[in-house]
Amino acid sequence: MHELAITESVVASVRDRLGDARVLAVTLEIGRLSGVVADSVRFCFDLCTEGTPLQGARLDIVDVPGGAYCRGCRSDVELVDLIPLCPCGSADLDITSGQELMIRQVEVA
Amino acid sequence: MCATCGCDEDSRSTVTDLDSGRVVTRPGPGHAPDHSHGHDHDHDHEADHGHGAAGPARTATRVVTLEQSVLAKNDLLAGRNRDWLAARFILALNVMSSPGSGKTTLLERTVRDLRAEVPVSVVEGDQETLLDAERIRATGCRVVQINTGSGCHLDAEMLGRGLATLDPPVGSLVLIENVGNLVCPALFDLGERARVVVMSVTEGDDKPLKYPHMFRSAQLMVINKVDLAPHVDFDPDRCAGHARTVNPGLEVLSVSATRGDGLDAWYAWLRGHLAARRP
Repeated sequence: MHELAITESVVASVRDRLGDARVLAVTLEIGRLSGVVADSVRFCFDLCTEGTPLQGARLDIVDVPGGAYCRGCRSDVELVDLIPLCPCGSADLDITSGQELMIRQVEVA
Repeated sequence: MCATCGCDEDSRSTVTDLDSGRVVTRPGPGHAPDHSHGHDHDHDHEADHGHGAAGPARTATRVVTLEQSVLAKNDLLAGRNRDWLAARFILALNVMSSPGSGKTTLLERTVRDLRAEVPVSVVEGDQETLLDAERIRATGCRVVQINTGSGCHLDAEMLGRGLATLDPPVGSLVLIENVGNLVCPALFDLGERARVVVMSVTEGDDKPLKYPHMFRSAQLMVINKVDLAPHVDFDPDRCAGHARTVNPGLEVLSVSATRGDGLDAWYAWLRGHLAARRP
């Protein structure tokens, strides 16, 4: 379960930036193509924040849908699963969204 | 146990500083702040509030925009590994697969067959035991083992420490055997030149569709145990087709690490990358 390491990394990054400031909320962007399961991050968040200034903080997760530009039919397509395939049949796609794994903002007391 | 207040240090959460490799422990809530643990307890936040104020001195919260990649630290350390390797003209490959695909057997065979032409060393990643490292060492090859404990993958910091211990010679080949897992290692850049995903004919040819992240992140797929193909329901062409559905640029080779089939093509692929490691 790499979500544990991912969540530890979120906590470490926030502390690096904000020191011991009391954190009330963290907003994460998790793309659907990122390979990270939002529910697992929620599960790990309470564990990883215990005893830190993030303890008890609210975790807001922004779900980012997958999107790509198809070079075949020159259009933007939504990717509903992890397989980069355009409805036109082409697999020659540039993924434009859905791979995000980002700490967007933190609310501090 | 902390001698000053009796708090149980083992129950604290720990944060590993990826820059120094140091494990930083932090006290849990309710911990008296007026004694020293070798770290400070001050809270140098910017919000104004009075510590001695009567009544609920509530202040407005503030929002700090970070816009920072969650994997920023790993990626930074992976970049350092990549620079360190490039400066020494070392080719490092991240070899990944599910458990039991034959990674270690492929590496043992590769070490034996290639060491006459290039120095080879191995970084072994497993949750526990030295078993795979001992198999590699039996070939006479230099090897270090990284045990990840509960961790399910290698990360760039672990590899950095592994490389410092391994101290591979200039111009050599370093084969990194990641923890057997088709999910988690895909997200963690180690600083490798290329990623090789190994799968075996006993695993089912639909695996690339089930674990697309891994197959999308790799440059080469090696289908191992082709000597067993007559005994199992596995279609190598269908497997390659599935893999290219998720990664159109993926190269594919079929080998038997035990019998030797297809290894010439694997070595040719390695030699191509070895030739590119010098400017």
